[in-house]
Amino acid sequence: MFDDFFTRALVAGIGVALTAGPLGCFVVWRRMAYFGDTMAHSALLGVALSLFFQVNLLVSVFCVAVVVSLLLLMLQRRQSLSADALLGILSHSALAIGLVLVAFMSWVRIDLVAFLFGDILAVTRADIALIWGGGVLVIAAIIALWRPLIASTVSEDIAEAEGMKPARARLLFMLLMALVIAIAMKVVGIMLITALLIIPAATARRFSSSPEVMAVAASLIGAVAVVGGLFGSLTYDTPSGPSIVVAALLLFIVSLIPVAGKNTAERAGNTGVR
Amino acid sequence: MLMTKGAAALPDESQLVSLDNAGIRRDGRWLVRGVDFSIRRGEVVTLIGPNGAGKSTTAKLAIGVLRPDEGSVTRMHGLRIGYVPQKLAIDWTMPLSVRRLMRLTGSLDDAELRAALEATGIPHLVDAEVRHLSGGEFQRALLARAIARKPDLMVLDEPVQGVDFAGESALYDLIRSIRNSTGCGILMISHDLHMVMAGTDTVICLNGHICCRGTPEVVGQSADYLKLFGGNSRSLAVYSHHHDHTHLPDGRVLHGDGSITDRCHPGDGHHHENEDHSSHDHHLHHHGTHSHLAPATGREDDRV
Repeated sequence: MFDDFFTRALVAGIGVALTAGPLGCFVVWRRMAYFGDTMAHSALLGVALSLFFQVNLLVSVFCVAVVVSLLLLMLQRRQSLSADALLGILSHSALAIGLVLVAFMSWVRIDLVAFLFGDILAVTRADIALIWGGGVLVIAAIIALWRPLIASTVSEDIAEAEGMKPARARLLFMLLMALVIAIAMKVVGIMLITALLIIPAATARRFSSSPEVMAVAASLIGAVAVVGGLFGSLTYDTPSGPSIVVAALLLFIVSLIPVAGKNTAERAGNTGVR
Repeated sequence: MLMTKGAAALPDESQLVSLDNAGIRRDGRWLVRGVDFSIRRGEVVTLIGPNGAGKSTTAKLAIGVLRPDEGSVTRMHGLRIGYVPQKLAIDWTMPLSVRRLMRLTGSLDDAELRAALEATGIPHLVDAEVRHLSGGEFQRALLARAIARKPDLMVLDEPVQGVDFAGESALYDLIRSIRNSTGCGILMISHDLHMVMAGTDTVICLNGHICCRGTPEVVGQSADYLKLFGGNSRSLAVYSHHHDHTHLPDGRVLHGDGSITDRCHPGDGHHHENEDHSSHDHHLHHHGTHSHLAPATGREDDRV
């Protein structure tokens, strides 16, 4: 059962899930789900450009995601349209331009479905090295900038006034998002990256008493979803990316089931004494 | 630190922050302009004025959250700021206890953490989740956080909003006692003039620019102030702010005599006399001489 390709898939998937956990928490806390989606969709444009200019796929996807997020920040500053509408425009335009470019390049044959929905079962050893190397880099950066990131998520103004440099934290966060999208693309696919960011984080919320606990829990829940999804994919012969997301969703639904006494215990610190 | 100018630019080393003709412009409109004041160690400066007068904007200019489009803002090198913003929306998906909030921008040992929460009257809420706090409790937590930082300058944007009346006067007493014990400077924004007048060294009345300023005694006797806040009543007449000039949408100023100028100068002849009542050349010896107008009753029910 543990064929070599399946072990590789597991190792790669768990690596992506562990990396995505803390980042996903920030996406949820900062209400950037749609923003993450936009960056992820722009990855297809990155794929097309990589094929056209024959540059490294990872580098191309990373650069396009960074450019799109900077463009978004610039447009938001002009305040001509709501952030929501801007995201919608950028998100789908980037995806559409990517698809059109790929269609134009009749000389290359690419498996579009693999890019859109992931092809975790075709993960190579080089991919694993990239995922774990990139993952360690992302986690190290998040730990180093944890306090400024949390402070600016709670209040940009307080962070700025008290020397936490929130602008730097925001920029770094965007670079990390772009990096995670680039390394996660192969595993879950462009369309489903945001799901792997958000669903484990949302699931972790219920069991977490602090931001730190929630970040770790999101990583672990994501890893469980990857393992469950991949086994499901192998057993029922379903595509791996969507299977992982379905597994994550099941965990999320389980986390919603009320546990007796939980809510009353939560409020005791607040109301009990007054 | 964000410095508009080098630290050497502060003429007086007891000055924590100094605004020099500072203005900020958004969408072609000046939010505030020509703002000119400084805060020294141990000094309490209070900004008053109607809604939209630019009080919060001015406070953000002073602490570097906003950068001036005109003029300059200079902060002491390494200035440690404790900031209580006017609005703070924490997404409920972030699990944040009061204990964790206290350590938001710096580490803090348990004794200091507890002492600050005790000072603001909420030691029992140390493990409560921030999203479950009432408005008043949340303000107390934010104030405790700013105090625990042991800042050089505390900037408090309506620090007692949502706090019950009895708690209000206790918190103002606390803010005064922190100033007296630590010698930090305090920049405060408040609608509650009663409290402001009792505990402030300098009152600055703002309405897109500085209308009048001075010690509470001087401002309290000025025609502008009486027009603003009316006699000695506690009513907050601040919303019916009458001025001898109107600020046009493009930032120009329409004066009572019908003339229009680009700017609003105390000495341009369009204003009432005595606009600029006093500069802040008063010092620490002022402190403790103010009478406390705050009622001393009803503080017990705030303790648990």
